[in-house]
Amino acid sequence: MKESPTSTSDVTIKELETRGIQVRKIEKEVYEVFIGPQHPGSGHMRIIVRLDGDIIAEADPDIGYVHRTMEKLSEVREWLKPIPLLERMTIIDACNITVPYVNALEKLMDKAPPPRASYLRVLLCEINRVASHLYGFGIFGVFLGHSTAYMWAFGDREVFVELAEILTGARLTHTYPIPGGVRRDMPQDFPEMARRAVKYMRRRLIEYQRIFLDNPVIVKRLEGVGVISKSLAAELGIVGPNVRGSGIKYDVRLIEPYEVYDELEFEIPVYEEGDALARTWVRVEEIKQSLNIIEQAVDWLERHKGELILSKDDYDKLPKLHKEIYEKTGRVKLLPVHASMKIPAGKAVARGEAGRGEIFYYVESDGGTIPYRVRVVTPSARNAIVFKYIVPGHKLMDLPAIYGSIDYFPPESDR
Amino acid sequence: MVEALSLDNIINSIKLNLEGLVKSISISKGYIEVVVDASHIVEAALKLKSMGYDHVKSITTIDYPKESKIRVVYHASSYINEDLAKTIIGLTADIPRDNPVIDSLSQVWRSVEFQEREVYEFFGVIFREHPDLRPLLIIPELAEKKVLRKDFIVKEESIYEGIPHKY
Repeated sequence: MKESPTSTSDVTIKELETRGIQVRKIEKEVYEVFIGPQHPGSGHMRIIVRLDGDIIAEADPDIGYVHRTMEKLSEVREWLKPIPLLERMTIIDACNITVPYVNALEKLMDKAPPPRASYLRVLLCEINRVASHLYGFGIFGVFLGHSTAYMWAFGDREVFVELAEILTGARLTHTYPIPGGVRRDMPQDFPEMARRAVKYMRRRLIEYQRIFLDNPVIVKRLEGVGVISKSLAAELGIVGPNVRGSGIKYDVRLIEPYEVYDELEFEIPVYEEGDALARTWVRVEEIKQSLNIIEQAVDWLERHKGELILSKDDYDKLPKLHKEIYEKTGRVKLLPVHASMKIPAGKAVARGEAGRGEIFYYVESDGGTIPYRVRVVTPSARNAIVFKYIVPGHKLMDLPAIYGSIDYFPPESDR
Repeated sequence: MVEALSLDNIINSIKLNLEGLVKSISISKGYIEVVVDASHIVEAALKLKSMGYDHVKSITTIDYPKESKIRVVYHASSYINEDLAKTIIGLTADIPRDNPVIDSLSQVWRSVEFQEREVYEFFGVIFREHPDLRPLLIIPELAEKKVLRKDFIVKEESIYEGIPHKY
């Protein structure tokens, strides 16, 4: 190896500055690497890593490259308009992102959706969760140089994206839940499609295990890497599969069931190890549980055909033409009055379990037609702290493994 | 299933543990609001932490220009204690809008570190003794404008202004 050059002298620094080049002195032994904001795999964020040899001494996540002022924009638009806005921070997980916001509005309005609407919301949430986990899985494959996992996961995600399209009419940004219900009913051939997708995915997960999870190369790269202990996970306040991979049984669907999650049977997979491999396994097990929920939801929906997907008083207010459209096509055509509705003054907190973890909303109304304050904290925003406290001490080559295993999604984090 | 701790029980134990600190306590939609004086925020947070509230979900900040105050709410809950996990505590303190300074809770709950930086950049709230108080998401020049305060108006360019709409 070449001898490291002597540090830049003050004279050289001055000379460079006169030429308009900004330089600063750094320690001779520490090597500073700027990873991002564009890099293979994910992108839109930067981690400033300070290396001592091959070991990471310090990591400073520099996020915000895709900040889109969502909280501010929510304060200048009517109550319904933040729904399509907010879901754009995680288009791959749109229903999970918007359901808690809608729940917060429903709390303020003292309105409850009918059971059929709740089941439809849960159905789409779980389809989104599977698609979101597969997306994360694919990106993880890229990080580890396992391109088969990437191709497979992205290909299989398409199955669930299509399923969502059949249900809502949109592949990604569905804008499906609205206060008091959902916008579209399930098409007749949907249950058959959903069952086939579930069956297909169960078969594929076995193949995933053989090629990825049990692959000795992958196991070597993930086992014992990025270990987060139970107490540290609680202290850092990280969420989702990351906290469940550290032995904490925390899932909003279990802790504070929203919608109809208390009527469904599913398990919360928990792993004690706290390393990158455990986090990966949690996601895979969660896909299996989501598939179970999809089956249950579809069965229930088939048994309860013809029930309303909009709250009774909203339905009664619809004019005759709108009712006809609803009966014929299963589509709720909103009235202009929805766009300019007023919500009683008050404040409400709602939380939900999105694909990457808990999402938190605080909504305050002053009784007007626009929100007074919308605060949203997304799972990735809370997971960003991992880069600062977990990454140091690892080798540089472990960084992609840790990054991929926490399934960090920059647009969601930056909001 | 064993009945979880009821809200009344939780409120009573908070009253007991935070004796002399709580200005008011009430049940809001989705959380319990515990209002304390801004000067007692660290003390109150330490006591909540010893009760088992081990992390903060959100630092919610609301600007009230008419009352000339900024309200800082630490929405805390628990991971380890499953009973406490079912409720969210909103540790609330009001600070003056023209001098928004409050003690940082990053020494109590490490999970607030990044969110305090976020509140600092969007509202200009200074967190005393924060280990690394600098903007997180936006650039410093923009952070100076305190964009999430109510007096920052989002301007939209009206490029079609003056064009007569005739059909």
